[in-house]
Amino acid sequence: MSHLPIIQHPDAAAIFVGNRARTQWHDSALWFVREKRDRMAKSIPEWELLRETASGIKQHTIANMADYLEKFESAAIAAGAHVHWAIDAAEHNQIVLSILREHGVQRVVKSKSMLTEECHLNPFLESQGIDVVDTDLGERIVQLRRETPSHIVLPAIHIKKEEVGETFHEHLGTAAGASDPKYLTEAARGHLRGKFLAGEAGITGVNFAIAETGGIVVCTNEGNADLGASLPPIHIASMGIEKLIPRAVDLAVFTRLLARSATGQPITTYTSHFHGPRRDEAGNQTGQLHIILVDNGRTKIRDSDEFRAALGCIRCGACMNTCPVYRRSGGHSYSSVVPGPIGSVLSPVSDPSGYKSLPHACSLCGSCTDVCPVKIPLHHQLLAWRKELASMGLLARNKRWAMWAGSQLFQRPRLFAAVGWLGRNALRWTPRFLIYHRFNVWGQQRELPVPPQNSFRHWWRMHQHLTPPTVEGLADREAGQVRSDDIATHAAKETVSQ
Amino acid sequence: MRVGLFVPCYIDQFYPDVAVATVEVLTRLGVEVDFPEAQTCCGQPMANTGCSAQAEPLAHRAAEIFAPYTHVVCPSGSCTSMVRHHYEDYFRGRDDFGLRTKTYELCEFLHDVLEVQSFGVRFPYRVGLHQSCHGLRELRLGWSSETMTARDDKVSRLLRRVDDLQLVTLKRADECCGFGGTFAVNESDVSVAMGRDRIDDHTNSGAEVMVAGDMSCLMHMEGLLRRSRHPLGVMHVAQVLAGRPLVRGNSVVRTGKD
Repeated sequence: MSHLPIIQHPDAAAIFVGNRARTQWHDSALWFVREKRDRMAKSIPEWELLRETASGIKQHTIANMADYLEKFESAAIAAGAHVHWAIDAAEHNQIVLSILREHGVQRVVKSKSMLTEECHLNPFLESQGIDVVDTDLGERIVQLRRETPSHIVLPAIHIKKEEVGETFHEHLGTAAGASDPKYLTEAARGHLRGKFLAGEAGITGVNFAIAETGGIVVCTNEGNADLGASLPPIHIASMGIEKLIPRAVDLAVFTRLLARSATGQPITTYTSHFHGPRRDEAGNQTGQLHIILVDNGRTKIRDSDEFRAALGCIRCGACMNTCPVYRRSGGHSYSSVVPGPIGSVLSPVSDPSGYKSLPHACSLCGSCTDVCPVKIPLHHQLLAWRKELASMGLLARNKRWAMWAGSQLFQRPRLFAAVGWLGRNALRWTPRFLIYHRFNVWGQQRELPVPPQNSFRHWWRMHQHLTPPTVEGLADREAGQVRSDDIATHAAKETVSQ
Repeated sequence: MRVGLFVPCYIDQFYPDVAVATVEVLTRLGVEVDFPEAQTCCGQPMANTGCSAQAEPLAHRAAEIFAPYTHVVCPSGSCTSMVRHHYEDYFRGRDDFGLRTKTYELCEFLHDVLEVQSFGVRFPYRVGLHQSCHGLRELRLGWSSETMTARDDKVSRLLRRVDDLQLVTLKRADECCGFGGTFAVNESDVSVAMGRDRIDDHTNSGAEVMVAGDMSCLMHMEGLLRRSRHPLGVMHVAQVLAGRPLVRGNSVVRTGKD
């Protein structure tokens, strides 16, 4: 659960991809979610309009962030909540700790929150002697296994049900060899009920914070956020400042997009609204609500013209489900809290050197951009990151050199033709073992193209005076279009054999 | 009409027949084709690696080389998209001689500009259309499966105008093949896994040949097919439209001497 050492993506991916059966299982599981999402999106005629609207609302909110944050703060305070501001992860964790200490809390139940993962809250609280239980089923599985989530919506998508059975057998005492999802879920439910009842404070994430009303909205499928926020007297809600939306009516746009994009459901099972602390029927406050607004690098992203749109992310995970690389390399290959396309955009902001391989862990297919419910131009941002990394000197020297050499070559057409001729002939006549060796990465699992004797430019010189063959019924070239130059003239001009 | 033919560097050097087929298709339709020989590469490998300074002079060259033409036609969605969507930074306060707006991908040119209804060719085979990502999601040659906005699929429309050609239905209509330029080497293992999955989809859908508008995707998958002596063929759409016979994967001579 602590900070993982950053392994470069290609190395980590190679291990995951190395198990072809498991990779295909992982790929199919996520593709299944992607297909569900497609069906759900298709069922709404105004889907593209919704995306456009959501993107517009987010852009507007990001542009007026300071105003909306203050508006939210005063509305939330007016509703009876305590509002805290944290500049970074460390400050966030300290705020949580001080609230818990103030009330003598030892046991915390936490529903899913990527922000607390980002802040590494669990290991921090554990180091302070506080017991934290993740109450989302997937997160609980991952927590019991001392792992980290591999997906922001489906934290345990990389774990097979048989493996969950082993984990539960070890920790919850379920029958050995059990793998029936219903049985295992029942066991987890029973186990978590006890934890909920014993919890002295509940921590939740926030999906949306409404500036107009000072309310927060949490979307879950298991109802665990409701239990965590309702049973213990203290509710701490941690949110990144980008979770803000201006008005309550804007919420409708996002709730329609979120669950459909995330899991292909029309709406999450629970969409819980919290406006101030809970009260009894007489209106007396019966608990406390603490909202922590966390920056942790977000204003830095906001300042960047190139990456600002990434703040619109509603953490639906659709870009992960659709990403052909993510599906085959697994979430842990990104070594970052948020994996996949959006993670590859966000992670290098805090540590460009550590995460320099992520913007390159992408074939630039653009599927993420088309699937994103708030229209973040993800693959263009990844391309922009590559530029940024190169300008920071974070591109490997051999690649920098190769690109410089390529550019020099392509600026000299005659040299290009000559090198092409040499290359093709070298490929034709060099013994195979001198071509296919361990430094030829392409050739380790693929053949190189069969080199033709001549290039197209050679053919062009030989044939441009000729009328290419025609098909009956189609227009012939007019006599006037045929060039007067003949092969001999061109052949004489050739200084290198092409 | 006279067009400047923009031939991707790897097609020039490794797949000349794709460019020859492009010339043939265009010429038969009454288009005068010119190939300015000073052209080399659009700079995409450099740009996609983040080396803008290395890509910039290539963009400037391309603009000057194609300045005399009203239309530039390229048998690649990827290179066309590089010019159309990624040249902006290189021409701030500098004339691109209209290159970004006058460059067309081959199928787009045939479909939108020439509005070709028939190619007068026959291809009696089951074809799996591999949608290259840049053609699909950058140039919008078709309707990507993620979006809900209906669009014509230009490449398959053209293929349907070839006699006896039968398009098969793939399980995943537009999944990436994993070529991705330097990605193919940089993330070789993931790239190969993606390529194999594409090949399996085409094979399981009954395709005899995989046809695409981008030879770079096909170069990657052809490499995998030849390594495993797989019978699935690969052909560029220009070759099909030019009436070339079926190319089967295994009939191709292997490179080098054993």
